[in-house]
Amino acid sequence: MMTETDQILRVTDISKSFGGNTILNAVSVKLAKGEIKVLIGPSGGGKSTLLQCINCLVVPDAGAIELENETIDFRRKQDLYRLRQQVGMIFQDFNLFDHLTALDNITIALRRVKKMDKNQARQRARLELDQVGLGDKEALYPAQLSGGQKQRLAIARALAMDPKILLLDEPTSALDPTLIGEVIAVIKGLAVKGMTMIMATHQISLIYNLADEILFMENGRIVEQGPPAALLAAGNTSRSQGFCDRLNELAEVDG
Amino acid sequence: MPHALSVVFDSLPYLLQGSFLTIGIVVAAMCLGLVLGICMAVGLVYGNRFVKYLLTAYVWIFRGVPVVVLLFLFYFGLFNFLDLQFSAFTAVTIVLGMTTGAYQANIFRGAILSLPKGQFNAAIGLGMSELQAIKNIVLPQILRMSIPAWSNEYSIILKDSALAFVIGAPEIMARTQFVASRTYQHLSLYITAGIIYFLLTWAGVIALRRLERHLRIPGYSHQGNQ
Ligand SMILES: Nc1ncnc2c1ncn2[C@@H]1O[C@H](COP(=O)(O)OP(=O)(O)OP(=O)(O)O)[C@@H](O)[C@H]1O
Ligand SMILES: [Mg+2]
Repeated sequence: MMTETDQILRVTDISKSFGGNTILNAVSVKLAKGEIKVLIGPSGGGKSTLLQCINCLVVPDAGAIELENETIDFRRKQDLYRLRQQVGMIFQDFNLFDHLTALDNITIALRRVKKMDKNQARQRARLELDQVGLGDKEALYPAQLSGGQKQRLAIARALAMDPKILLLDEPTSALDPTLIGEVIAVIKGLAVKGMTMIMATHQISLIYNLADEILFMENGRIVEQGPPAALLAAGNTSRSQGFCDRLNELAEVDG
Repeated sequence: MPHALSVVFDSLPYLLQGSFLTIGIVVAAMCLGLVLGICMAVGLVYGNRFVKYLLTAYVWIFRGVPVVVLLFLFYFGLFNFLDLQFSAFTAVTIVLGMTTGAYQANIFRGAILSLPKGQFNAAIGLGMSELQAIKNIVLPQILRMSIPAWSNEYSIILKDSALAFVIGAPEIMARTQFVASRTYQHLSLYITAGIIYFLLTWAGVIALRRLERHLRIPGYSHQGNQ
């Protein structure tokens, strides 16, 4: 049983509108330590917006976010900075710092945010680069890396901040099919180590193998949620089932 | 030696001394313009509506009014009115600095907008403040991108600095005019002045090109707007 104290993150009834369009409509998510939730659903359903609201890259219009039982005050900059530092974000298109080497992509936030000195930061960054198999690439710039290497660097950059939760927004969608595997392997490795994650993905193997719970989002609401074993059981007629069947068909056509 | 050449030869040290003042004006004005340009560009992109209106008005005014008008307006008008005892050097530096600041603001603004927005978000997402993200992620990239446009600005301001002579700053142009009016060797002297300006422009542009090459990042693909 999950008790209140196991919960690391509690998102309650958050809403967000852009120019009169309601993009998120009173969405709630609870996350226990080590738990992995996977967001699926049609394009435009609000998955990216939900993830960005959870670490306040987009500040919600209404609702509450509690991280380890501390409520974030959206009006206090310091609260936002602290939340973002503790909730890492992986983007579909990597968003690496193009003017910095792989190593410095990681050290910059360690030095400016965590106030580490140069050597400490480098040491930590090298550790993270090794973890994602980029130990020999530290001097290269983002433009010199392959897509898969870029995403692994982005993951290393996020992990160096010791986040309590990692949010991943379609981490493999911008990648060549041949490069997806290496990123999936890194994400699976994180799961094995007990990383708490919320991930939007259309990658069937991530959904089937990693999800403790699937959240199906549509029109700014979570319309279905449950463990994959239940939602995706043979003969089930859930929305998630239909969605994954279509992903499977697409995957077969691809390859 | 023909008379014209000997006049040029004799007055060359005097003219070249003026180039120190010219270089001083240009360097000071470009630095002032750099600081103003960066601050205004940041305001133009990240500021609220009020800040944007104010800065846009500033840019339009300094782009729309001739430098010589601004120079008289500030030196004889505004500074007198405010009872400020500025030297001609200070006055011309301020006016040229504020003018190039308006143009540089536009250059940097275009560069910021050409930068993928995601990098700023990623920096914020790691816990940086907006200011830290601008300082560590945005500025190092837009300054690199802007060097070609900036070297354009340098050559324009160098040439505009000749206007300093109208308020009596003893730079290259003022000294040339002084010698020419005494010796009547207008042709040879102004050719000499032209050559000095040309060489200064050339040296500066080459130096900036070197700097650009030195700071180039392998594979970097974003481009400023000019
Ligand atoms: N900054 C914004 N301004 C205006 N509209 C926005 C903004 N961000 C998102 N939207 C709108 O919100 C809706 C939901 O977008 P979101 O990116 O969250 O969906 P998604 O589920 O991630 O879709 P996809 O699967 O295509 O990534 C879209 O209709 C989008 O146009
Ligand atoms: Mg999305």
